[in-house]
Amino acid sequence: MAALHELTLVQAHEALTRGDVTSVELTQALLARIAAVDSRVQAFLTVDADGALEQARAADLQRARGPSSALLGIPLGIKDVISTSGVRTTCGSNMLATYVPVYDATVIARLKQAGAVLLGKLNCDEFAMGSSTEHSAYQQTRNPWNLERVPGGSSGGSAAAVAAGEAPATLGTDTGGSIRQPAALCGITGLKPTYGRVSRYGLVAFASSLDQIGPMARTAHDCAMVLQVIAGDDPQDATCTGHPVPEYVAALTGDVRGLRIGVPREFFVAGMQPEVEAAIRHAIDVLRDQGAIVQEISLPHTQYALPVYYLIAPAEASANLARYDGVRYGLREPGESYFDELERTRGAGFGAEVRRRIMLGTYALSAGYYDAYYKRAQQVRTLIRRDYLEAFEQVDVIAAPTTPTVAFKIGAHSDDPLAMYLEDVCTLPLNLAGLPGLVVPCGFAEGLPIGLQLIGRPFDEQTLLRTGDAYQRVTDWHTRMPALV
Amino acid sequence: MDYLVTIGLEIHAQIQTRSKMFCGCSADYAAAPPNTHVCPVCMGLPGSLPVPNRRAIELAALTGLALNCRIASDNVISRKNYFYADLPSGYQRSQYDDPLCVNGWVDIDGDQGPKRIGLTRVHIEEDTGKLTHTADGGSLVDFNRAGVPLMEIVSEPDITSPEEARRYFQKLRQILVWIGVNSGDMESGALRCDANVSVRPAGQQAYGAKVEIKNINSFRFVERALAYEIERQVTSLRAGERIVQSTRGWDEATGTTVAQRTKEFAEDYRYFPEPDIPPLRLTEAWVAERRAELPELPDARRQRFMTDYDLTPYDATVLTDERAVSDYYEQAVAAARPRGVAPKDVANWLTGELFRLLKDSGETLVVAAQRIRPEYLAEVQELLNNGVITRTSAKEAFDAAFREGRAPAQIVAERGMAVIGAGDALTDMVRQAIADNPKVVEEYRGGKVTAIKYLIGQVMKATRGQASPQAVQQALEQELTRQ
Amino acid sequence: MALTLAEVEHVARLARLRLSPAELEKMREQLSNILDHFQMLQQIDVSTIPPTAQVTDLVNVMRDDELRPSLAREQALANAPVQQDGMFRVRAIFEE
Repeated sequence: MAALHELTLVQAHEALTRGDVTSVELTQALLARIAAVDSRVQAFLTVDADGALEQARAADLQRARGPSSALLGIPLGIKDVISTSGVRTTCGSNMLATYVPVYDATVIARLKQAGAVLLGKLNCDEFAMGSSTEHSAYQQTRNPWNLERVPGGSSGGSAAAVAAGEAPATLGTDTGGSIRQPAALCGITGLKPTYGRVSRYGLVAFASSLDQIGPMARTAHDCAMVLQVIAGDDPQDATCTGHPVPEYVAALTGDVRGLRIGVPREFFVAGMQPEVEAAIRHAIDVLRDQGAIVQEISLPHTQYALPVYYLIAPAEASANLARYDGVRYGLREPGESYFDELERTRGAGFGAEVRRRIMLGTYALSAGYYDAYYKRAQQVRTLIRRDYLEAFEQVDVIAAPTTPTVAFKIGAHSDDPLAMYLEDVCTLPLNLAGLPGLVVPCGFAEGLPIGLQLIGRPFDEQTLLRTGDAYQRVTDWHTRMPALV
Repeated sequence: MDYLVTIGLEIHAQIQTRSKMFCGCSADYAAAPPNTHVCPVCMGLPGSLPVPNRRAIELAALTGLALNCRIASDNVISRKNYFYADLPSGYQRSQYDDPLCVNGWVDIDGDQGPKRIGLTRVHIEEDTGKLTHTADGGSLVDFNRAGVPLMEIVSEPDITSPEEARRYFQKLRQILVWIGVNSGDMESGALRCDANVSVRPAGQQAYGAKVEIKNINSFRFVERALAYEIERQVTSLRAGERIVQSTRGWDEATGTTVAQRTKEFAEDYRYFPEPDIPPLRLTEAWVAERRAELPELPDARRQRFMTDYDLTPYDATVLTDERAVSDYYEQAVAAARPRGVAPKDVANWLTGELFRLLKDSGETLVVAAQRIRPEYLAEVQELLNNGVITRTSAKEAFDAAFREGRAPAQIVAERGMAVIGAGDALTDMVRQAIADNPKVVEEYRGGKVTAIKYLIGQVMKATRGQASPQAVQQALEQELTRQ
Repeated sequence: MALTLAEVEHVARLARLRLSPAELEKMREQLSNILDHFQMLQQIDVSTIPPTAQVTDLVNVMRDDELRPSLAREQALANAPVQQDGMFRVRAIFEE
């Protein structure tokens, strides 16, 4: 058998079910793995070893009592923008260096209810704003395939932890690609669910109309098992209601015969790394060989997605981040008056990228610019969404690249925000349209992973997972693990 | 030179719900210890999300209907962005382009007779927390009030005097309390008012510069603050000064308005649609349900009381001032009808005897009504109409019913208060009076017929008011003739 | 789409971000550059296109007017930078 830290979630579940291993043993193995490699990978901001072992013991007792859920005793890592009661939640920001939530996010409550073991909190770009995890106030998470490269972002810690064998699965969040891009760059599987599929209650807001929590793991099957637990209506999230949760694992038939796959020509842009394009096209050929029907499609407004996103997301963020005023929680910088302290606190507590986006968003909403920027962006958002809904009248799934290149070097874009924004060009249209997207590993270039992005109809995660799972049944990219040397 | 006054009021009214606008914390903040009615949502903790209170939306729409507004079908909650220590999220959830209710009106008694004051809009929003300033120069924040549902009711600039402003405010309060959407409690801040006022020389078309007076919390102060402010502006204009658009605060202690610190830069609230809350689409059927929920309003009921019950305008006004009193009266009238008792007589019992008793006991009618049930008003008048008791006994029985909570008829029976109209009891008392006053009897018989008045008085005293004077006179005349 | 320094200062003031002169200048350059790139949005005719604020197509998601437990006061104040008498303490509220 493989080492415990190399098990997929499905394998770990089977080992626990058979009694080959206890949750305490599995948890100890992963804590040991974290201790061994995380000084190099730097994925974790907080490791809650005591809490995890206690949950693991409880899970083992629970298992002894009888039938159990799929995640019982499974250790998971959580992106540090998701509220965990009693466990520090920093959002990768100095602003929240000492913030300890007094409540659990809905997804955390559901994972606990299912008996999952929470190993700790994972690094990310500050308030999930970034594509490289370079904007964390705390540490630089590294790509386990090449420690000089970025892991992607903003869920860089969540992706690197899975790739490095520090957790079989993690939760990430995706506002413009923050699950899919790091999943692609770290060679793992990541699912951004439909907007409204998973409750956002307790997810520290970046851009409320775009944010979504999703699973990151080695396989589509693993993602399906996590999604099963975290998906579904939440009375505390008014945007998450009205969609019954199907049986995701049952949908994994391995059969994609007759599935209509659209390949959008606008996604194969100039400047794309040729090896990446080749890997994506090859992956699509594999699906064709499995019986899918592939056709080229057009999503004509794709080029506008970037400006639309970088107006809407910062505008919402400028309001969402207004609550960090040093009154009720978080950093407070000493000053002469309330307003003086307010401005000092916000000037000092936020990093450069967050400040830049707050400024951009504030500008886009301000008097005289609202119609030209914010409102216009919302109108073009309508056009982008229509492109997709019309495409889904002809096809069942859209297959596309996730990123134009493999992981870049740490520091490569550090003084050019726009170049960094262009990293998201293939992922952010989905957030604007509210659609689900699954990324599966599909090759390597320069020794670094490449990810195929599959895009689905709203609330049709099952078709995406079925497609990704079918692909993983005949390929082995997802089974490869970095040497970490 | 004469000056024209233009006034518009913005009224903030707490919507009477159990829980807050976007979370399940209690909205009853007034007496709670600081920061005990708070949760992640109303404290603006990272990650929390708002879910609108259905009842608050319903009550706001009900208010719009009571104020003759059109209810908008497409409603958007917006974020109004600004920073203040009492504002937990750094934005207030409010409405901007699409208020819930638009284009209404309220009829008031204007300075020149009946007047219709236009309403621009009624929108919903959340309240902020409360600040207390400390002696050592800091401020303390309590978030119990944060997230409590409010309506902002904005009038057109149709008001032309401080008196009209007060009457408009009073009328609005009456309606809000009447339909049960607001407690009317101005001391606790459940109802508060900002006033916009400008003056201009008669004959000038353009309005003068608008001055806003913030946070006025009584009817009296609305009138006084506006009177002061109008005087101040007119004096300034007469002195050739310019009025600048500004915000002032009403200072109760000095009875003046005081300039508030002018902001260095114009506010820019950067309103945008709240992405956490799906739009509210209010269908015609939904609005019809709200309309069905709307009770008869005070003006309509006042009119009906005058035409159907033959009440004077004064009585009709008094009996439609408060919903509880008015409904009590309606119940009394309902009990009066089968008894053949006139609604007008019931009104007299209510506005006369009952109001006096309430004043003495310091109770509200709602409390006292536990004892003095509405049908008792009809019953006591019926006993009177049927000659069973005298007016004096009726009052006594009514007082007893008020105190003891028992039916007047029962009290009359138990205490033998029924009219002593004839028979042995009265005859005995008449004979006794004749026997006790031979001199008066002699005068009467000697032709001084008015002397009988004294004897009537003596008998009445003996019956303790339970006999009618006519019956006593009749019995006396009979006895005096017979002897 | 070159922003002026005054515009950037105004926006920083709206956002309540205290930035140094050097940070303001850098912000001016970067925002100008980003907004330049965004000018492409002005090419599209959006006159007949409704804005999309949300993608759920949900309407009327409301809760019943029922009470739910509030936090204990110690929890509410647990992360307070400064507290006094069960309340959050801030410095005097005036503009400098």
